[in-house]
Amino acid sequence: MTDATATLSNNNVRQVGGSLLVLDERTKKRNAAEARFRRMGQIAVMIGVLALIGLLASILSNGLSSFQQTYIAVDIHLDAAKLDKSGNRNPDEIAKVTTFGYMPLIQEAIKKKMAAEGISIDGLNAKAAAELISKEAPATLRNYVLSHIDAIGTTVPFKLLASGRIDGYYKGRVTMASAELDKNVSPEQLKLADELKQAGILTTAFNWDFFTAPDASDTRPEAAGLGVAILGSAYMMLIVLVLSLPIGVAASIYLEEFAPQNRLTDLIEVNIANLAAVPSIVFGILGLAVFINYAGLPQSAPIVGGLVLTLMTLPTIIIATRAALKAVPPSIRDAALGVGASKMQSIFHHVLPLAMPGILTGTIIGLAQALGETAPLLLIGMVAFVREYPAAPPEGFFDPASALPVQVYNWTQRGDPAFVERASGAIIVLLVFLVMMNLIAIILRRRFERRW
Amino acid sequence: MNALKITIAALAASAAFAGAAVARDNIQIKGSSTVLPYASIVAEAFGENFDFPTPVVEGGGSGAGRKALCEGVGENTIDIANSSSRIKQSDIDTCKANGVNEIQEVRIGYDGIVFASDINGPSFAFTPADWHKALAAKVVVDGKLVDNPYKKWNEINSDFADQDILAFVPGTKHGTREVFDEKVIVAGCEEDGTLEALKAENNGDEKAAEKACMQLRTDGVSVDIDGDYTETLARIDANKNGIGVFGLSFYENNTDKLQVATMSGVTPSTETIASGEYPVSRPLYFYVKNAHLDVIPGLQEYVEFFVSDDMAGPNGPLAAYGLVSDPELAKTQEAVKNRTPMGPLN
Repeated sequence: MTDATATLSNNNVRQVGGSLLVLDERTKKRNAAEARFRRMGQIAVMIGVLALIGLLASILSNGLSSFQQTYIAVDIHLDAAKLDKSGNRNPDEIAKVTTFGYMPLIQEAIKKKMAAEGISIDGLNAKAAAELISKEAPATLRNYVLSHIDAIGTTVPFKLLASGRIDGYYKGRVTMASAELDKNVSPEQLKLADELKQAGILTTAFNWDFFTAPDASDTRPEAAGLGVAILGSAYMMLIVLVLSLPIGVAASIYLEEFAPQNRLTDLIEVNIANLAAVPSIVFGILGLAVFINYAGLPQSAPIVGGLVLTLMTLPTIIIATRAALKAVPPSIRDAALGVGASKMQSIFHHVLPLAMPGILTGTIIGLAQALGETAPLLLIGMVAFVREYPAAPPEGFFDPASALPVQVYNWTQRGDPAFVERASGAIIVLLVFLVMMNLIAIILRRRFERRW
Repeated sequence: MNALKITIAALAASAAFAGAAVARDNIQIKGSSTVLPYASIVAEAFGENFDFPTPVVEGGGSGAGRKALCEGVGENTIDIANSSSRIKQSDIDTCKANGVNEIQEVRIGYDGIVFASDINGPSFAFTPADWHKALAAKVVVDGKLVDNPYKKWNEINSDFADQDILAFVPGTKHGTREVFDEKVIVAGCEEDGTLEALKAENNGDEKAAEKACMQLRTDGVSVDIDGDYTETLARIDANKNGIGVFGLSFYENNTDKLQVATMSGVTPSTETIASGEYPVSRPLYFYVKNAHLDVIPGLQEYVEFFVSDDMAGPNGPLAAYGLVSDPELAKTQEAVKNRTPMGPLN
């Protein structure tokens, strides 16, 4: 008997050295396969990480400089003879002096400043010297004068934006060699800028205007900011949140808890899953047809953008909410029903609060997706040059506005190279918002999620 | 909690529809991306100097702008379409069908189309015939019409550098392409005699021959750029052999990276384009919906401001940015003041 089992087992066990410590052929193969798979996995992760680092590095290296801005401090004499010819300080008459009328004042001020500091550059006339200052400056002056009528005739210190090329000089974008070839800036102007910097007139400071100022035209990239875009994006997110959260949650509660299981609900379910995968541009076409052409809502308005993005976000929220509701164990419902709660009470008092972290996480991820969306906005007129801030809500929802991703898209199309920096800066701002939203989602999930 | 949110949503929705009745007080403009920078410069200055809000300017292309203009009359349609090519009869017909009867045509100036390559590469002095010979699908070699055999620029003209032919031309949706086809390729086709050969092949049909002229080679030597000039610039940056087609203003903003080629011996500049010496240029337009003139506040003022000497004149900011100012600007100013609608196309 023992003999028989011995032969049997001898036949079954592979003919090897017999020690567990010496690996046989097949075990070696299996181990090698595992090691290979691990290495492949590591390589895959490395590729991902490298791509991310490359992307971030290029955005940061291009864009971080947009948070710094070069300014020139000058004392400008608000010449009454030029600004208020009749001398009666009538605001209506002073408003007739256009920004073109303020140009000579700046020229004069720079000339005076150079004389006072003893700076003179060969081959640089007063007009070229004044070109160091942004074309935005006359508008700044005019706004100041119109709000301070009594300042006319006095000399007021201003900190004006330096022009885009001068700004680029201190950010490494413009060099003496490139200025030689550049039609918009000359080496003499750069020399003057250096002299001014030595004299402490030209300074670099943190660029708050980048977050608050509106867009600017192609001739003054230094003045372009994200103010309108941030407001527009905020308005749209508000609309998306206010509309998609209640609608999405109500729809999922009904589908998950009340709806009978039949062909119709199956069909709805399949459609929701499909909608989540529909390319976003399709929602844009829908928005144009329904909200603008049919309902007559205005073009370029956050309300239309918000409605379109709501439609786009709804499937995401419904799917996340249903998953969160499903994750609440049936015993909770049964216990609530068992002590006499109605179905609705059991859901609103017990199931929904437990599912809330999952719902909020899904909503925030949906919102983050909507925040970064450009394609549908293209069709409803939000990819536009907008300089006016939208009013406070709710009227502001109907004013034209831009949005963050749209602003990035817009700036990458401009001719002046300074806009490349601005676009990258806008991407950084957008990324910071996205990371913050995702962080909130993660924190909510970590803190409030329960496992059963 | 949920009930509260639903109430908020209902409030927002009702506010939405109450607000929809508010009249639009800003001007809306859409169209050509070539005109866009000029329009935004004017819009910005308009917003600064007038009591009206800054107009909203959208890109999207000349065709898209004219289509939007012709969608109808009313506050949710645009007021002005920017266009880098002249309006077409089909647009005017659509306009008529949708009740847009009076349109003003405003010519703001001229735009040059330039050929530029990497600043450190060799320089070129082209003629339209060179471009046709380099890019056409079919060319005449030894009296016979054959598929384009040329690979290097010095095969086209022995004065040129020994450099691979590689051209970045605007895609067909661009207004610039139309001008490129018409003023460079077809002109060159005629110059080097290919047109005659094609005409013979098409039994004397001139239209068909011209169309055949515009066929560019598809072996990767001519690359259509569907994006804008920034993309063309990036392509040249990546491939130093490339020669790109740009608008004059874009080139003037990037003179530190690009060198411009002459065309028929003329260097493109605002002066040579204004005088008509430089051959590859086109007028830029915008089209105003007259029915909106007294409805949208500031529209008439904006139109007048755009063509004023302060803006569109030879010393104005538009000219500084690269627009070739129109010698007949005074006529346009007069027409704009009188709101003269455009007549039938000639």
